[in-house]
Amino acid sequence: MTPDVPTLHLPRRTGRRHSTSESPFVRRLLIGVALAFLSLFLFLPLVSVFTQAFAKGMGFYVHTIVDPMTLSAIKLTLIAAAIAVPLNCVFGVCAAWTIAKFDFRGKNILLTLIDLPFSVSPVISGLIYVLVFGAQGWLGLYLNADHPRLPWLANWLNDHDIKIIFAVPGIVLATIFVTFPFVARELIPLMQAQGRNEEEAARVLGASGWQTFWRVTLPNIKWGLLYGVILCNARAMGEFGAVSVVSGKIRGQTNTLPLHIEALYDDYNFTGAFAVASLLALLALVTLGLKLWVEHNQAALNEVEVS
Amino acid sequence: MVAASWNYRAPNWRWFMVPMRGNGPWRLPMTKRNRVLPGFRLTLGFTLFYLGLIVLIPLSAVFWKTSSLTWSEFWHTVTLPTALASYRLTFGASFLAALVNAFFGFIVAWVLVRYQFFGKTWVDALVDLPFALPTAVAGITLASLYAKAGWIGQWLEPVGIRVANTQLGVFVALTFIGLPFIVRTVQPILEDLDPELEEAAASLGANRWQVFWRVILPMVTPALLTGFTLAFARALGEYGSVIFIAGNIPLKTQITPVIIMGELDMFDYAKATAIAVVMLIVSFALLLSVNVLQWWTNRHNSTSLA
Repeated sequence: MTPDVPTLHLPRRTGRRHSTSESPFVRRLLIGVALAFLSLFLFLPLVSVFTQAFAKGMGFYVHTIVDPMTLSAIKLTLIAAAIAVPLNCVFGVCAAWTIAKFDFRGKNILLTLIDLPFSVSPVISGLIYVLVFGAQGWLGLYLNADHPRLPWLANWLNDHDIKIIFAVPGIVLATIFVTFPFVARELIPLMQAQGRNEEEAARVLGASGWQTFWRVTLPNIKWGLLYGVILCNARAMGEFGAVSVVSGKIRGQTNTLPLHIEALYDDYNFTGAFAVASLLALLALVTLGLKLWVEHNQAALNEVEVS
Repeated sequence: MVAASWNYRAPNWRWFMVPMRGNGPWRLPMTKRNRVLPGFRLTLGFTLFYLGLIVLIPLSAVFWKTSSLTWSEFWHTVTLPTALASYRLTFGASFLAALVNAFFGFIVAWVLVRYQFFGKTWVDALVDLPFALPTAVAGITLASLYAKAGWIGQWLEPVGIRVANTQLGVFVALTFIGLPFIVRTVQPILEDLDPELEEAAASLGANRWQVFWRVILPMVTPALLTGFTLAFARALGEYGSVIFIAGNIPLKTQITPVIIMGELDMFDYAKATAIAVVMLIVSFALLLSVNVLQWWTNRHNSTSLA
């Protein structure tokens, strides 16, 4: 991409190279190095997932996918994402509204705290919920001791056979934790850049708070919100480390798709593992495609605003 | 509302021109900004409540659990030979992977910003694959690619390079997951570089290499460092993509999260938590340095614009 230099000084195609670009040789070399690196580290793994998934043919692939264990893993993964994504979405909008539209002390601390789950290892993300809800944990000490301190709650949980750790609620909580910052992170810079003039104008013109949000703010942030939701969903469905700590890995009951992949792989059923993995790889590709589409729309929206 | 008392300034006669709220010395001018947009208390309240419930309270449980150990027990646990070996491997492999990514990631970002070539949009989108691909999928894929009979492994094995079940495997997996961090932090900075600076340097007689080394690189360095730190921090905690290719041999290819997982499998929560505390402290220190770097980048850019 050559910068716009007035043609008066530098007519194009003079044979001499442009003073602010590289020689064709260097250019091709750099493109070659970049593409080689990307093919080796990104493209090849992606192709190999699908190749190995179909290594034993279409029949085996379908057989693995419609296996009850796989179907239950798909169901659990969808449930976890269906709970985690909307909750984090509401949180993201709330946090972005507070941070972008108002001034208050400690805003930077709040921003850092929102980012915290990104810097925590997935294994630790699972561990913290075991420490809170597990048998040796905070709640466990209250409920499971010989003389539980909250007998009514302990009895109620026992009566209804509600478990948190090594059960579905734990998986959902761990998923919420690891996907916590995604929507907020997308929306905060976007809403900060947009400022509050439009919302203030709407209010002055008589719109209620909700009307302002639905008719002014939401149309402005919809692509950013969608972008955050897509990334949040991809992570929610693909999370492995955190979920693996809290799930207990009971097949057909508390195995999500990534955990099911591990189980098949550990059984030396490699083709089966890759068949299930291909579903998640497909999800990744759809995510990337949607991301491209959203970015395209966002850019178009910005251009309209500029012009 | 005392919470807003930081707004307070020495009384000024102009304040009596605007409506006031509250009583006593903390009477504040009700500025238009505060009055027009609704929902501050509701959204801030929900944000803090949710943050506390999902993140802060569970995270504090780690420090609560560790306090059940005495200092010497804690120190003994975190300095066990297996733990020490895992720190060395985790830090070393993460650092090397981030370094390699900084180099190749910069080239990728440069190529994507400066040059045109066939399929550029798709290549650009593919860079995010490690973000989008679940770590378990990446893990089994890398493990099978670099296995003895794998697509890449079969070429490396005769040369005497073994990747699967070695420390090199850990490095390969961490390189895979770290790449987008560098590209995505450097790319926007490269896009925003003012071409006039390069033209000025060129017209003053600098050759292309000098322009790159003295003009472009100094301006990109803060972003490159931020990307490096992000990739490094992510690699430290990585679990899913590493365990399949590493083989998890004690003292050799066990990364720190695997040690924590091992203690958890034996229901030794205190030990697992002690090692988790060490990791958390390192991660928080890195998070802090990312924020400082980001602040530096912003200042750097604003001064260069001014």
